[in-house]
Amino acid sequence: MPRRRAGQTGYGPIDVVESRRTPVVPDGVLGMLLFVFAEATLFAGLISAFAIAKAGAPVWPPLGQPRLPVEATAINTAALVASGLLLMLSRRRFKVDRVSAEAPFVAALGLGTFFVLFQGYEWVSLIGQGLTMRSSALGSFFYLIVGVHALHAIAALGLLFVTWRRMRRGWLASSQLATAEVFWYFVVGIWPLIYLIVYL
Amino acid sequence: MAESIPASHGDHEVGHHEEQGFVSKYLLSTDHKVIAMQYMFTGMAMAVIGGFFAYAFRMQLAFPGMDVPGWGLVTPNDYNALVTNHGAIMIFWVAMPVLIAAFGNYLIPLMVGCDDMVFPRLNRLSYQIFLLSAIVLMASFFVYGGAFGGAWTMYPPLSAKAEYSLTQLGSTIFVLAVALEFVAFLMGGINFITTAMNSRAPGMKLYDVPMVVWMIVVASILFMASVGPLIAGAIMLLFDQNLGTAFFDPDRAGDPILWQHLFWFFGHPEVYVVLLPATGIVAEVITTFSRKKLLAYRTILYTVFGTGVLSFTVWAHHQFVAGIDPRMAHVFTVTTLLISVPIAEMMFVYIGTLYGGSIQYTTPMLWALGFLVTFLIGGVTGIFLGASGADIYFHDTYFVLAHFHYTFFPIAIIGTFAGVTYWFPKMFGRMMNETLGKIHFWGTFIPFNAIFLPLFYLGVAGQHRRIYDYSAFPELAQYQDIRVFATSALLVMLAFQVVFLWNFFHSMFRGEKAGANPWKANSLEWAAPSPPPHGNFPDGLPECHRGPYEFSHPDREEDYWPQNQPA
Ligand SMILES: [Cu+2]
Repeated sequence: MPRRRAGQTGYGPIDVVESRRTPVVPDGVLGMLLFVFAEATLFAGLISAFAIAKAGAPVWPPLGQPRLPVEATAINTAALVASGLLLMLSRRRFKVDRVSAEAPFVAALGLGTFFVLFQGYEWVSLIGQGLTMRSSALGSFFYLIVGVHALHAIAALGLLFVTWRRMRRGWLASSQLATAEVFWYFVVGIWPLIYLIVYL
Repeated sequence: MAESIPASHGDHEVGHHEEQGFVSKYLLSTDHKVIAMQYMFTGMAMAVIGGFFAYAFRMQLAFPGMDVPGWGLVTPNDYNALVTNHGAIMIFWVAMPVLIAAFGNYLIPLMVGCDDMVFPRLNRLSYQIFLLSAIVLMASFFVYGGAFGGAWTMYPPLSAKAEYSLTQLGSTIFVLAVALEFVAFLMGGINFITTAMNSRAPGMKLYDVPMVVWMIVVASILFMASVGPLIAGAIMLLFDQNLGTAFFDPDRAGDPILWQHLFWFFGHPEVYVVLLPATGIVAEVITTFSRKKLLAYRTILYTVFGTGVLSFTVWAHHQFVAGIDPRMAHVFTVTTLLISVPIAEMMFVYIGTLYGGSIQYTTPMLWALGFLVTFLIGGVTGIFLGASGADIYFHDTYFVLAHFHYTFFPIAIIGTFAGVTYWFPKMFGRMMNETLGKIHFWGTFIPFNAIFLPLFYLGVAGQHRRIYDYSAFPELAQYQDIRVFATSALLVMLAFQVVFLWNFFHSMFRGEKAGANPWKANSLEWAAPSPPPHGNFPDGLPECHRGPYEFSHPDREEDYWPQNQPA
């Protein structure tokens, strides 16, 4: 288990040394789990605020607002879920043969990027149809919740990208892969919930 | 991978590292002790600012319309900005950074017996973001329209609309500063929990972890579980302020009460976030100075977990008057009264620990005992406010104000002084002056009660909060003498803080040298030299053989038994 000593900078292929205690959960994974836990409460706050607004509104969806692209987003949701599954596959292969783990990893990264770009494209067309932050409570919450999710997706993709580079150079420790995985599964896992509550 | 380890990183050379310049050693260091000091000194500076604000608005209350020395005329807008920022500073920029970040950073690696935090660079970033948040908050006093004055709870529409807050930029900056501060503590909390779980010394089981470490860990978990909804609310509020959304705007189908839910869902657990580290400090101090084993270690631990869970079910007791279904008010009354049970039990355990001990009245012990006494009053008066029937009368009066000062002052000030005076020898390698320490204790403790006990009376008499001049209210103007008395007590208390500052800085350089373990305490930080060098334990990282509270063991000649001493 990697353990950095005080005074050691920690750059380079192996930033490791010495093990005093074998943790049940590696440092990086535990740190990421805690972060994801806090982020989950953020989404819980946003989604419950949306649910309260929706329940309290006399008409829902508000009049004169475009319909959300339910079908196109269903396909996009499938792409994101597939990306998560490919990452799982990569994980399984990483344990036995590190080289063969790369292909599903790149595919997961690609599908994730596609998801974000497609969401951006949808936003542009929705704005064109008159759904904006100011146009209605639906617009405000839609851009808020989907936007916060997109920011998480972009950050997680960045981490996946760094992980991929380490993987190519053969520097990737199993716990580092697990850390990136936790973040991405969070982004993938929370999206169907958002789709269910916000779109449908 | 083990074979690629350079030999120079073995245990025996931990203390040896290249000389660093001032900037890299004190400003950009990733050493947990340096970061702890950064948090502590920033917190102290903010406490001076927050205390100065209290002085300015208390002077206005006692002598309305008079020029306050050092501030000038306190206008109604000034008054609002002062009370708002006093509250926010004392909770978010004093209690949090000192109790959790400074003590957490300093104590956790030392007490679990490792050389540093698990994520040292994240730790440094955490402080830098915190410092930025403090600077951003202070900047709000210099923008057009002045600082935000809509209370630290930031209720919309007062905080959301420029027509009401009169300072668009000031209120945006305020929300932004609070949000930044939370990001900093999120990073800190991740570090505290991970370090306490993964870096414990060999042999240290979960029940051997000192109580203060457990308390900081649980406080960090509570913080992380509650901060999300508030961040969500803060983003929505920033959008309402600047992007023209209407999340909280009742004119445009928004819901201002929604903010109160999001805020207090965080706000009530936040009380426990700062309370728990203070009770942890008190546990360390009272066991050491009564030379007795902590009564019911596990019971306290389970109590704390229970309190943590319960603290998420009480938030709407802040909204009894804001318009809540009376049936829900009943539910929240019950949960609120229930949460006083575990805290009362914790008090009994502490008193039981003291019972029959050989008590040494050192300065830290006086602070710890002072904590128990004052916090008890804070807790008991909270019961009146938790019962919805009584709260409808007490709501927004000085009774509420006196109540939460009887909780936050013991936590943020008394608890902090207990911790600082207890670990000062470890931090700086020298002892503080005991006589000055005791003068400072009594000079703080007596005036504190003299300020806030009368305010309970004013609250019961019907004095409403957030009014900057009571002379226009005939039925309240008669109590002017009490206001003058409370303000005079505040002046006395502030004057006595000079004694502390002198003692602190003088002892830092001139105090009597302290050995590694001046209090004869057990936990692992006392096994390191005072002050601990970079890497903490130059003779090799310690191993743990027993729990931290083995005082006065019948089979031993000495009345203490350090955790790292082999049996
Ligand atoms: Cu509360």
